[in-house]
Amino acid sequence: MAILVDSATKVICQGFTGRQASYHMERAIAYGTQVVGGVVPGKGGSRHLGLPVFDRVADAVAATGATASAVFVPPASAAEAIIEAIDAELPLIVCVTERIPVLDMVRVKRRLEGSASRLIGPNSQGILNPGRCKIGVMPAHLERPGRVGIVSRSASLTSEVVEQVSAQRLGQSTSVGIGGDPVHGLGFVDCLELFFRDPDTDCVVLLGEIGGSEEEEAAAFLRSQRVPKPVVAYVAGLAAPTERRMGHAGTVNVFGQGGAAEKIESLRGAGVTVAESVAEIGQTVRQALKAA
Amino acid sequence: MNLHEHQAKEILGRYGVPSPAGSLVSRADAAAAAAKSLGGSSWAVKAQIHAGLRHDAGGVRLVSGTEAAATAASELLGKRLVTPQTGPSGKLVRSVYIEQAVGAARELYLAILIDRSQGRVAFLASRTGGSDIEQRAQAEPGSLRHLAVDGDHGFDLQAAAGLAADLGLEGRAASQAVEIMAALYKAFLELDASLIEINPLALTHEGSLTALDVKMVLDDNALFRHKDLAALRDVEELDPTELEAQRFALNYVHLDGNIGVMVNGAGLALATLDLLKQRGGAPADFMDIRPEASRDQVAEGFRLLLRNQDIDAILVNVYGGGILRCDTVAEGIAAACRSEGLRVPLIVRAAGTNGELARKTLMAQGVAFTPASSIGAAVASAVEAAGREAA
Repeated sequence: MAILVDSATKVICQGFTGRQASYHMERAIAYGTQVVGGVVPGKGGSRHLGLPVFDRVADAVAATGATASAVFVPPASAAEAIIEAIDAELPLIVCVTERIPVLDMVRVKRRLEGSASRLIGPNSQGILNPGRCKIGVMPAHLERPGRVGIVSRSASLTSEVVEQVSAQRLGQSTSVGIGGDPVHGLGFVDCLELFFRDPDTDCVVLLGEIGGSEEEEAAAFLRSQRVPKPVVAYVAGLAAPTERRMGHAGTVNVFGQGGAAEKIESLRGAGVTVAESVAEIGQTVRQALKAA
Repeated sequence: MNLHEHQAKEILGRYGVPSPAGSLVSRADAAAAAAKSLGGSSWAVKAQIHAGLRHDAGGVRLVSGTEAAATAASELLGKRLVTPQTGPSGKLVRSVYIEQAVGAARELYLAILIDRSQGRVAFLASRTGGSDIEQRAQAEPGSLRHLAVDGDHGFDLQAAAGLAADLGLEGRAASQAVEIMAALYKAFLELDASLIEINPLALTHEGSLTALDVKMVLDDNALFRHKDLAALRDVEELDPTELEAQRFALNYVHLDGNIGVMVNGAGLALATLDLLKQRGGAPADFMDIRPEASRDQVAEGFRLLLRNQDIDAILVNVYGGGILRCDTVAEGIAAACRSEGLRVPLIVRAAGTNGELARKTLMAQGVAFTPASSIGAAVASAVEAAGREAA
């Protein structure tokens, strides 16, 4: 068990025949993910990576029984691709596309409300259930099956923390990248809820960064209940200005707030163990599990 | 992408948002004539730079008489203006915007932006505008009104009228506020803006509203569908190194320390800077290699570090994954060292995809570097090396 994906998840890829999509989907297949086909308008009926290609998501779902989509469509048409997947009622949509216009994502958000779909991303490395299912662009490197859940706004930082957690001889139940964009699908609170309900997750690691108020919202969520599992956090950007875009679009603040110190204080106030530095996240997880 | 005040006012004018008559001047000797042709007897002379809080830094002068306008323009033009948002070296004033002075009975705040936590477009408004709006909003959260716009049902005139009433506006000014909000909403969607802020929005003694200052930020990710707006970018306002880095699939922000930093991924880059600071180091930059960066683009990025004379050590922290491989980064670094020469200690932590191959590549190409096995070890080596070099 894990959250959102497992070995039964059947994945299609939108934008399947593109260079990046081909590279990553080939690796997903090698990893053991059940990839069942792809969607590329105008290429329906052909085959790619030995799998059927469809013109529309609905056709792909009808023919393959897909339950998840990996969206690799370029930024200008990515929102339409996500909306097509929502209309086809795919339970899980993972979007790795970077640089989608934010107003396009505002439209996507409206379409998600009340829909049957959950969206991970955009600008996400994806979701990884070690040994069972990999959807996205993250490296399959030092992850190992285990009982620590990771939810993160940053791909490379997730790799760092997966390595540290594995080095502590702990493994991961699932790692989820919620993405570095200001408007995105699942957030920290959604993932905390899922991890709290998952019997195979013992501890949750939340990797935040400057910008926005999602860490504060996670803290408010944790304060509102009896927290069933230890939560460890790290927030990147203490040394950075918040009025500049530091890589991720989501790091910029247009109106005050968003500083790392405030986020850390807010999380600590909610009983979260915040790692003193990025080098100590693995150890902090081990200690939190021991204390629990 | 930031626009200048005069650009933002001109664009909003097309949507029907009023602002005082104004004229852009880049030579002091043109200021008097510009003021005269605008009419009236007093004007505001405003430095056009991409930074807020100009007022407190002396970047906005209220003058009476065309001679005073010329004096203010000559004092501002060619000067470096330092505000809390420019950094210590300030920004060069290359043009001033001269506009008719407007007497304000009240100054309000009105902005439209993306409400991230709701994923909606929203208005923020306050009965009192001014440069301290952010601090006041934090001290007194109730002072800032919030109105989300429901994208599916378009602009809600009734809710806008409610917001106008909350701002204490009545009669003609209240209906004008609703018109301005409708115009802002239309402009926000059509321009793919991230922020349009009118601060202050003045209520004149005659009872009408006018935008005294406007800040407009456009979504960089949407510029591909706004070629006309993309052409408004003032490249002179950007740091030349940052501008160059953008061409090479790198996100770069100049900082003031002596340790050059190259990392892949925004989150890991931020974390590396934090750890450097925690261990007593001072980063010279934020450099995030985007996943699609090629060997040549990494080389260009590394050259930017090698050319920075303030640097005493360089730290490379790469976690290979996705389509970015550590050996690609190593090839780029080696190429840059060959062409520019490496005069400072280089510490390399290469983990993930092809990390071992990256170390072999650097060694085979004769690059002198200290390998590090973890982010903690890499940062400790970099701080130590920079301290030694600086001494």
